[in-house]
Amino acid sequence: MTSTESLIDRKQLAYIASQAADARLNVELETEGMTLNIGPQHPATHGTLRIIAHLDGEQVVWAEPSCGYMHRGYEKLTEVRTYPQVTSLVNRIDWLGSFANEVPFILAAEKLMGVEAPPRAQWIRTILFELSRIANVSLFLGDLGVQLGAVTPVFMAFRDREHVLNLIEAATGGRFHPNFDRIGGLKDDLPEGFIDETRAVMKKLRNFCTEMEDLLFGNEIFQSRTRGIGVIPKDIAMQYGLSGANLRACGVDWDLRRDQSLPMAWDKVDWKVWTHPDGDSFARCWIRLQEVRESTLIVDQLLKSIPSGPVMAKVPRIIKVPEGEAWVSTENPLGEMGYYVVSKGDLGPFRTKIRSASFNNISIVPWVLKGVYVPDIITILASLYFILGDIDR
Amino acid sequence: MSALLAADLPYWVQSLLRVLGGVVAVLLPAGAIVYLFLFKMMSFMQSRLGPMEAGPYGSMQLFAEVGKWLQKEDITPERADRVIFKIAPLVVLASTFLLVAVVPFGPDAWFTNFEAGVFYMLAVSSVSVLGILIAGWSSANKYSLLGGLRAAGQLIAYELPMVLAVIGVIIQAGTMNLQGIVLAQNTGEIFGWNGLGNPYILTQFTGFIIFMIAVQAELTQTPFDMPIAESELVSGYMTEYSGFRFLTFFIAEFATAGVFSFIASVLFLGGWGVPFAWFGWTDIDSVDNWMNVVGPLIMFGKMMLLSFVIMWVRFSYPRFREDQLQRFAWKVLVPISLVNIMVTAILKVAL
Amino acid sequence: MSPLSSTETPIAEIPGDTLRERIIDDLRTHIGADLLDSLLKPGDDLWVRVNTSAWRQTGVALRSMGFEYFCFLSAIDWMPSPFGKGEDDPTAPPTERDDTVRQGYAGGATRMQLLARVVHPSLHVGVNIKCDVSDSEPVVESWSPIFAGANWHERETHEMFGIGFAGHPDLRNMYLPSEFEGHPLRKDFPLLARMVKPWPGIIDVEPMPGGSDDEEGEAE
Repeated sequence: MTSTESLIDRKQLAYIASQAADARLNVELETEGMTLNIGPQHPATHGTLRIIAHLDGEQVVWAEPSCGYMHRGYEKLTEVRTYPQVTSLVNRIDWLGSFANEVPFILAAEKLMGVEAPPRAQWIRTILFELSRIANVSLFLGDLGVQLGAVTPVFMAFRDREHVLNLIEAATGGRFHPNFDRIGGLKDDLPEGFIDETRAVMKKLRNFCTEMEDLLFGNEIFQSRTRGIGVIPKDIAMQYGLSGANLRACGVDWDLRRDQSLPMAWDKVDWKVWTHPDGDSFARCWIRLQEVRESTLIVDQLLKSIPSGPVMAKVPRIIKVPEGEAWVSTENPLGEMGYYVVSKGDLGPFRTKIRSASFNNISIVPWVLKGVYVPDIITILASLYFILGDIDR
Repeated sequence: MSALLAADLPYWVQSLLRVLGGVVAVLLPAGAIVYLFLFKMMSFMQSRLGPMEAGPYGSMQLFAEVGKWLQKEDITPERADRVIFKIAPLVVLASTFLLVAVVPFGPDAWFTNFEAGVFYMLAVSSVSVLGILIAGWSSANKYSLLGGLRAAGQLIAYELPMVLAVIGVIIQAGTMNLQGIVLAQNTGEIFGWNGLGNPYILTQFTGFIIFMIAVQAELTQTPFDMPIAESELVSGYMTEYSGFRFLTFFIAEFATAGVFSFIASVLFLGGWGVPFAWFGWTDIDSVDNWMNVVGPLIMFGKMMLLSFVIMWVRFSYPRFREDQLQRFAWKVLVPISLVNIMVTAILKVAL
Repeated sequence: MSPLSSTETPIAEIPGDTLRERIIDDLRTHIGADLLDSLLKPGDDLWVRVNTSAWRQTGVALRSMGFEYFCFLSAIDWMPSPFGKGEDDPTAPPTERDDTVRQGYAGGATRMQLLARVVHPSLHVGVNIKCDVSDSEPVVESWSPIFAGANWHERETHEMFGIGFAGHPDLRNMYLPSEFEGHPLRKDFPLLARMVKPWPGIIDVEPMPGGSDDEEGEAE
């Protein structure tokens, strides 16, 4: 189904719903809507997102996410910490791809200081960044099955993600919250045997992707549940600031890894940016699957070309960042994650605006859920892929 | 009547034996399915080991689970319709017991032998809908209500293909008696060759597939598990149940899977029988008495085979949306089964 | 599969500063004198400051210039925090602190400034837009009719900084309870945890890799 066709379907659906609603006002058979609280404690909310859905039968009349159950006030907390301490906070934003959260903040601080990490550190950063993307998105792929009622994929995802987490642990010492990135480089070099191990794991992950394609993406029921569901047109996606796979699934060819120059190693290797013209749930999931595979290829190539040298540039013992403002965003597993850091020449940031991907990705929910059925709420939410810490910060 | 059940036993002993037999026939398949398939096979399919601690290979896990459930507090929601809320799981379980009553396990090993056994079976299988519907309604929970309504819509939609699929068998066997259907299959022949009898899975393959799909939907197993749909409706109509009442639902779910597998093996796989030609039997009276012991074992084997398929599908597929499910029932299954009936009837008359 | 991938499209060149200069000129033709100030950091980014009354007009102009991608909207409180970094002992007498308000890039006149960022999706160039928000009447026109995604960002900014947005459909609190008093991200809102107990780790004591291990680092 092409995007235009499904869009027409959607419009027709919305039209039928509105006609039915109008008709109901005029006849005696007036029905009363039902407000369904999905969350804060619900199997499909990955945490504590609450969706207030007003239903007519099983059709959604309007739906509104209500967040804040996990707001930790990181923007305020960064103001009372030093720069190196902030990384341990931002680790907890998208907790499945923690290392990727540290990178843009450190890059912003480095930009203000005029420091650049040595090449080896850039390479290792990129490798760990992609590993955290793999760890994050492979769990998404498994979880997708659970949201749709297939229980097996999630165990496969956990099985293979475990290898990736082991790698991250081997390199950084932390499975979930590495806190490994430093201004000017990295805490440490890679451990012995990391490269061979990683190669083997990347092969496993590519197998996992093929397995998921066979088990889930090729399944007719999966396709009928996701194709043409939750279609987001290009211009709407841009207005809401959707990013990452959600935006690329709408046909926008935009990947911050490729489209901006950062002191990272993405431009040193050969890889593809995947886009999909449909903009539906299937496209979003499919893009993510391809991205995991692409990430494994990136890591493989980086491992081949990793330069030798130090992993830490010369930076002062106590870091004072010169006055200025910097914006750095990277293509995180969930989408564009950026930090607007304002420095006043102090030990810590004066103000940090954390632009997290899920906040924008979820802000489209009221628009996209209009007129869908209750089961589709779950698939659409799953395919938009949010992490609660990334919404509430 | 055999010496085993009817010889000189007084009526009350007979009844007692039958009740015990019924309990075994319901609980044994349920336990076997839960342990072998739900615990172990599912784990192996998902690259994990499953329960390993309780007993060798976790074989006592089931008892541990039952013990756990029995200890849990029995919670009734404050605004629930208490009486109905408490009856609902029993209604669902009762439907399972009613179903097993007509299944023949051997030439004489049966509980009742209705002339219109198929008719009865189809009728009582819908009793569970009532239980589910009132469970969903009385829970005073929106998720439960949605689950209950979905279940009702789904089970009614899938009754029809199931009935239509069975009609093919009835036409071919010429009887609605389940014992008669078993006999017709085992004494039958395929183009004059009677080495396999004539299990209707061969001639009624379409019917068999439709029947199994309908069974999957009746059992609310994935891909038709919208009434439970844990990622959408938490647990559907079971959301508010805890402890023993949840256990009852749980047993009913898997016991019904077993009983439907029994029925499917009676209708399509030749039931308790082996092809009569192997032993030179000609009709039910000439069947040796040992078949009353071997028959149930054969039935059990066939039941496990079919419930393996049910569980296999359950672990592999994502679930439909209800409108897709209804569309599938009315637009695909019903027309195909109608065609199947027509073809069967024409061939029956022509051959 | 390959037709869907995008290797065919050339990888965009890093947007040059000439492009950014053109953007400033373009914006000036759209909003004229309402463009108060601009800063172009070569090879880095672009900041513009517009008149408060022209905030919505700027959004419309940028959208028509092709900046269709809404990145974020927030605010900055330029007042130095009267509480410092919370490193002080609460029992000690208050430290003297520099409390002059100094605005950042592209200047400014008020304590609070609105900050937004929009991006051109095909040129891959973004603009940071700032505008002053008056202390006495902190209300700015809403961007949500232009960029639908600004809805939530404005709600967040309203809640955290107390800036009103005229024309916003629904300025409810996003995170905090509706009866919450105060605006947490304003600098004069104390971080209670730091008021009770000073932050012990204000100086980073972790030894640098390759540097000499000192006892302090070990002890922690």
